[in-house]
Amino acid sequence: MSVELTGAEITIRCLQEEGVHCIFGYPGGAVLFIYDELFKQDKVRHILVRHEQAAVHAADGYARSSNNVGVALVTSGPGVTNAVTGIATAYMDSIPMVIISGQVPTSAIGLDAFQEVDTVGITRPCVKHNFLVKDITELAQTIKKAFYIASTGRPGPVLVDIPKDVSQQKTKFAYPDKITMRSYNPVTKGHSRQIKRAAELILSAKRPVIYAGGGVILSDAAPQLTELVQMLNFPCTNTLMGLGGYPATDKQSLGMLGMHGTYEANMAMQYCDVLVAVGARFDDRVIGNPKHFSNENRKIIHIDIDPSSISKRVKVDVPIVGDVLDVLKELIKLLKAGKEKPDQVALKEWWKQIELWRERDCLKYDRESKIIKPQMVIEKLFNITKGDAFITSDVGQHQMWAAQFYKFDKPRRWINSGGLGTMGFGMPAAMGVQLANPKGKVACITGEASIQMCIQELSTCKQYKLPLKIVNLNNRYMGMVRQWQEFFHGNRYAESYMNALPDFVKLAESYGHIGMKIERPEDVEGALKEAFKLKDQLVFMDFITDQTENVFPMVPGGKGLSEMILV
Amino acid sequence: MENEAGALSRVAGLFSARGYNIESLSVAPTEDPTLSRMTVVTIGSDEVVEQVTKQLNKLIEVVKIIDLNEGNHIERELMLVKVRAIGSDREEIKRLVEIFRGCIIDVTDKSYTIELTGTSSKLDAFLEAVERSAVLETVRTGASGIGRGEWILKV
Repeated sequence: MSVELTGAEITIRCLQEEGVHCIFGYPGGAVLFIYDELFKQDKVRHILVRHEQAAVHAADGYARSSNNVGVALVTSGPGVTNAVTGIATAYMDSIPMVIISGQVPTSAIGLDAFQEVDTVGITRPCVKHNFLVKDITELAQTIKKAFYIASTGRPGPVLVDIPKDVSQQKTKFAYPDKITMRSYNPVTKGHSRQIKRAAELILSAKRPVIYAGGGVILSDAAPQLTELVQMLNFPCTNTLMGLGGYPATDKQSLGMLGMHGTYEANMAMQYCDVLVAVGARFDDRVIGNPKHFSNENRKIIHIDIDPSSISKRVKVDVPIVGDVLDVLKELIKLLKAGKEKPDQVALKEWWKQIELWRERDCLKYDRESKIIKPQMVIEKLFNITKGDAFITSDVGQHQMWAAQFYKFDKPRRWINSGGLGTMGFGMPAAMGVQLANPKGKVACITGEASIQMCIQELSTCKQYKLPLKIVNLNNRYMGMVRQWQEFFHGNRYAESYMNALPDFVKLAESYGHIGMKIERPEDVEGALKEAFKLKDQLVFMDFITDQTENVFPMVPGGKGLSEMILV
Repeated sequence: MENEAGALSRVAGLFSARGYNIESLSVAPTEDPTLSRMTVVTIGSDEVVEQVTKQLNKLIEVVKIIDLNEGNHIERELMLVKVRAIGSDREEIKRLVEIFRGCIIDVTDKSYTIELTGTSSKLDAFLEAVERSAVLETVRTGASGIGRGEWILKV
C-alpha cells in the first residue's frame, strides 16, 4: 500500500514525473506548503523572480526555446493578477505552459478573504483551460491533464489553482500514465483527400508563395518546411512568429511579411496565384485589410491545427486541419511520389518579378550616419554572433528591426511577444532562454521604454548569474508610438518622450553587472565584441541611437498589403 | 458538455469576449449526470455561426456541438405568464389559452398564471393576442432543441 502524500508533495511529485527541471515563481501565503516541499528536494530547480509577470515570461521563454512545457508558480491574489499579463502573452502565441497558483483555503473562497481573487474567472479568457482543485483526490490527475492540454493540439497555457488546505491535506499518490478525455481529442493527421487536393493545386501554380507562421516552429516542422520550399523552388515568407522556420539567409526566403514586412514578401503575397499558408493565421498585422487582400484572385491552401483559424479572416479554398509536421510530411511524400512538377517557365517568370521587387532594397538605411542607426547595431550583432544567438525582444521599433535585420536560420532562436505585444517581455524571457540553454548566447534586443517595464529582473540575473547581453536601442522615445504620432497624429508626440531616464550603466553596475554606453557608430562593433567575450557576465549595452529613425516598409493600419510606405 | 462547475461561464464568456449574440441559452443535466445539454440560440451570418461553432468546440469541456438549423429539428420554449383577469376578461383569456393549447396553473380572483409551451414565435404571438396592459409578469426558459426523427446526438 502506498503512503499518503500531502497536496504540496503531490504537486512537486507531479512536476518531477513530467520531467520538469526548472520552474519560475514567487512565494506567498497560499503556496507556502508547496514551497516547503520544493525546499526539501533537488530535482526541480526553482528560479526566484522579482515580479510574477517575469516568472511567467521566463517560463514562456524557457518553453519557446526548448519545446518543453514552461512552468510558473505564483501565490493567490496579487500573485495571480501580476501573472495575468504573462499568461495572456503565452496564450496569444500558443505557448505550452502550466501555471500553478495558490488559492485561499476552500472554506474561505467567496468570503473576500485576504489575497483572494477569482483566479479561474480572471484568467478564463486568456488560458487554454484552467482548473480549481477543490478535492485532493483529483489533484494528480488534474496536473496530468494540465500538462496534456498545454502541450497537445494548438498549445497554450493551462492554470491549476490549488487552495491552501488542499496543499495541506493528504491522499494516496498515483500519477496517471496517460489521460483520455472525451471532450478533448485534438486532430493531428490531416485529411488525405485534402492533402491530395493541396498537392494538385501546388503543381498547378504559376505564381506561388509559401507563407509560414509560428505553427511551423511550434510543431518543430522547420526541416520539413525547408524541404518542401526547396524541392518546389517556391518563394517563402515567414511571419513575425515564424522567423527561423525557413532559413532567412537562403535566396528563396523573402523575409518577413506584414505591416513591417519586406516589399518583395508583401507584393508576392498580394499578387500570387496559389498561396500555401502553413501554421499561420492571416492576422491583421500580416495581411492588413482583408477586404483589400481578397480583391486579388488567388487560391489558398491553409494548414493549421486549429479549425477556428481557418476561414476566420480570409476564406480559403483547401483547408487542412492537422499538425503542420504531419501534414507537411504527407504532402512531401505525395509530391515526391508523383512525377509532375510545377510549370518551370512560369516559375522562372515569377522569380524574375520577385527579383525586381527585391531591387527596391526596402530595408536600406543610411550606413554613413554619424549617429548610431539601430538597424546597424542589429546587423553587427548578427555578424558577431554568426546568426547563432538566441534573440529575445521587447515590443516596438526595436522588435521590428530585430525581425528585419537579424537573419534567423534556425527555429526557436527568435523569442518575442508577437500576438499580445507585451512590453517588458524581453529580459525575463531571455532568463528562461538562458536557463533552458545554459551554453547558448542569449541577447535581449530592447528599448529604453520596454526594458523599464521589467527592469527589476536585473536582480534575478545577478542571483542566478545569467550572462545575458542586453542590447538597449535607446532613442529616448517610445519609438513606435512616436512613429505613429509622426505619421498619423500631426507630429504631436503626446507622452511618448521618455523623460528622466536612468543612467543605465550605473543601474546595471548597481546590480553587479557590466554597463556600457555607446554613442558613436564606430564604437558599436567593438562594444558588442567585448560584451560577448565577457562570457559569464551580464552586459547592459546602452546604444544611443537616432531619435528620428522609423521602421520601413510600413503598411498603415486598415490598408492593403501592397499600400506600403517605403523609405 | 461536461457537467462541471464553470462550464456555463466559459460558454457565456466566449460569446461576450468575441462579440457574438446570445438570444437565449438553456441548460440542464441529461440522463447521464456527468453531461449537461445546452441549447444556445444565436443570430449571425453563416460565417459567424461557423466561427461560433468552431470556437465553442475549442472549449475543453464541450463534448459535442451541432447546428440544429442544418437539419430538421423541433424546438420548444416554456413560458409562465401572469395576467390580470377580472370580469368578462376571465372567459376571454381562458378561450385564448385553449386556442394556444396552454393551461392555467394558478388562479386568484384577479389573476391567472398561464403555462405555455411552443416555439418562441408562438409564445410571442400569445403575448400579442393578450391585451398588453393585462400582462403583469412573464418568465421564459429560452428554447430547447432536438433533431427530428430517429437521428440522435450521440457523444
